[in-house]
Formats: sequence, C-alpha cells, structure tokens
Amino acid sequence: MAHPSTEQVWDWLDTIPDPEIPAITLTDLGIIRDVGWDGDTCVVTVTPTYSGCPATSLINMEIETALREHGLERIELKRQLSPAWTTDWMSQRGRDKLEKYGIAPPQAAGGPDKCPNCASTNVEKLSQFGSTPCKAQWRCKDCLEPFDYFKCI
Amino acid sequence: MTQQSDPKFEALLRLGDNTLILGHRVSEWCGHAPVLEEDIALANTALDLLGQTNLWLEYAGEVEGKGRSADDLAFLRDAWDFRNVLLVELPNGDFGQTIMRQYLFDVFNRMNLEALAKSTDTRIAEIAEKAAKEAAYHVERSEGTVIGLGDGTEESHRRMQDALNILWPYAQELFITDEVDEAMAEAGVIPHPKSLQDAWDAEVRAVLAEATLEVPEAHFGHRGSGKDGKMHTEHLGHILTQMQWLQRAYPGQEW
Repeated sequence: MAHPSTEQVWDWLDTIPDPEIPAITLTDLGIIRDVGWDGDTCVVTVTPTYSGCPATSLINMEIETALREHGLERIELKRQLSPAWTTDWMSQRGRDKLEKYGIAPPQAAGGPDKCPNCASTNVEKLSQFGSTPCKAQWRCKDCLEPFDYFKCI
Repeated sequence: MTQQSDPKFEALLRLGDNTLILGHRVSEWCGHAPVLEEDIALANTALDLLGQTNLWLEYAGEVEGKGRSADDLAFLRDAWDFRNVLLVELPNGDFGQTIMRQYLFDVFNRMNLEALAKSTDTRIAEIAEKAAKEAAYHVERSEGTVIGLGDGTEESHRRMQDALNILWPYAQELFITDEVDEAMAEAGVIPHPKSLQDAWDAEVRAVLAEATLEVPEAHFGHRGSGKDGKMHTEHLGHILTQMQWLQRAYPGQEW
C-alpha cells in the first residue's frame, strides 16, 4: 500500500507547535527522534524533555491528531529515553524563534548571553526554575525586564 | 516479606518510593514557599521527582508481572509496602529543613543515578541516564541555597544548623545495605550503596563547611531503614492518607 514518505511526515510534524511554548515546533525542540513505517503503521519516536513534564502526554496527542488530519490511520508513538534529550538538539531556527518570542535560548555557559528584549549582557539569575520545567528566570539589569531562559541540559 | 519477592522489584520500589514520597513532601510547599521564585522552584523539583517515580514504578510493575501500573503502586499500597528511606518521609519542617533534606538527598540521588546509568539492566540504565541530568540540576540549586542560608544571617544560619542536626543521622540511612542491595549489586543492576558513601561524604562535607555549618559529632545512623519496609515513621501513614484518599474513596478515577 502506498503511504506518504517519511520526509512528508517530518514536514507535517514540523508544523505542530509545542503546547507550552507555541513559538517553536516539536521538531525545533528536537524531541522527535525518528519517523518510519512498519508495514502500514507510521511509527514516530518521541523523547521527553523532562521526565515529569506534563506536556509530554499532550504532545503525543497533538502528534496523533495532526497525523490523522493528514489522513494517516495507523499511528504508533514510541517513547525513547536514551540517549537523553539535550538542548543541543534544538534547531538554530528554534533558537532564533525563542529569542524573538522573548525567551533567551540555551547556552553552553549555563546562562543567557544577553537579554532577549534589549540585548544587554548585564543580566542576573532570579531562580534556576521557571514557569515550565525547561525554563529558568532571569532579569536584565539594564532594561529591568524579567525574562525566561531556556535551561541548557 | 522482602525475602520472598523479586530483588529487582524491591530495588525498583526503593528508587520509585524515594522519589514519590519526597516529591509529595516537596509539593506540599506549593503555594506556601517564602517567595514566588522558591515556590516555583520547589514545585518544579517535585515535578521532576514525580516524573522519575513514574518511570521507576512503571518498570517495577512490569518486573513484578501482576499487571500493576505505576498508579496502582503509588495509590493502592499500604504503609508497610513502601520502601522509601525515612529521610524523605519526615515532615518538611521550616524552609531551611526542607532545603537541607533536599540537598542531602539530591547529592545521593545524582551519584546513585550516575552509577545506575551503567546498570547491566538496560531499562534501568536508560531511566537513570535521563534522571541523572535532572538530579544534577537539583544539586546545583539546593547546594547554592544551603550555602546561601548557612552562611547567611544569624537566624538563617541557626535554622540550617538545626536542620542539619536533625537530618544528618537520617542521611546515613541512604548507605545501609541489605541482602537485596547485595544481590542486585552483585548482578551489576545497582551500585553497592556503600560504594557511594565516601564520595557523598566528601562532597557534602565540603559544601557544609562552605556554608559554615558543623556536621554533628554523633556518628550514629538509624539502624533500621524504611527501605525494607520493616520500619517507617508515623509520618508515612499521614502522607498516604492525603496522597491516596481520592483513589481509595473513588476507586479507578482517572485524570
């Protein structure tokens, strides 16, 4: 039976926004690890960002819904824990979109390189944690705006 | 009885119950922490711990082979079937005591998970690899907060010292080793608890010194442990009445 190519499925997945940070897509986030066909079943392999992230089950539902809308009937979602998700897998496009949205993208140095609002490098940490498991709270000491920083893990 | 059940099932319950009970305790702070940032940080820490719980208990249920889910294990067991250490079931105390307990556990959790990531059991290794990254982040925060409060004001210092005096003997329980640990360590499934003690001791003592806190003189640790289920404090039952009441009152309800 003819079925859409895996490239086509990747393209569809690339349009699904992250439920908690809708500025970026699931593929930007780097959590879709594989797409393949097992007979006429489309197998999508997803890795969780944080083991307790409440968005994980919602993400699975959104993938299934989106693929069904594109006419796929047999879909299998696989959970893959290893290798563990890292922010290194986030796309450059995703990083750019995050910054534009007001969230400082992850940096290997462990903190934002600049304020996403005014680009000042004069920033300080407020808390290692933020509004979602993947973010921390920082503040710009020049424009005085608090902002989210996407934790680097 | 411990001797009759599968040691791998027991070992997984110990991992899952530690994170479940501590996760629940930490979540009790939600809406009550001294400042918003700390409230959010504690809630996120609890969330990570509960996420880890789900992975451990899900696997425990599979190993047991009686069709029990992670939820069944969390919500439908009684106090004597829990395998967590006493440290995690103690009441939160003040914010300082909560942070001190978190720090003592976080360092152990990170070291244990790093070793578990090399387990001969692939599933355990995969869960540990994931969880170790979260635990390392937890240590970063609790360590900084212990130092900040220990080497802080007169009052924060006194409270942190009081917390350490209460919790230090309990922390020794993390390294108590029984026949389940021996069997599983022998098989390369888990690290021998004692093998983690020196590194834990060195790291924790260095941080406590930086926090200007004194490790209590008493070298005793609790002889018994919650990990074999033979002993728990009175506090565990109280946690379960809160944590389990919905499933007990309305069996089978789903989110």
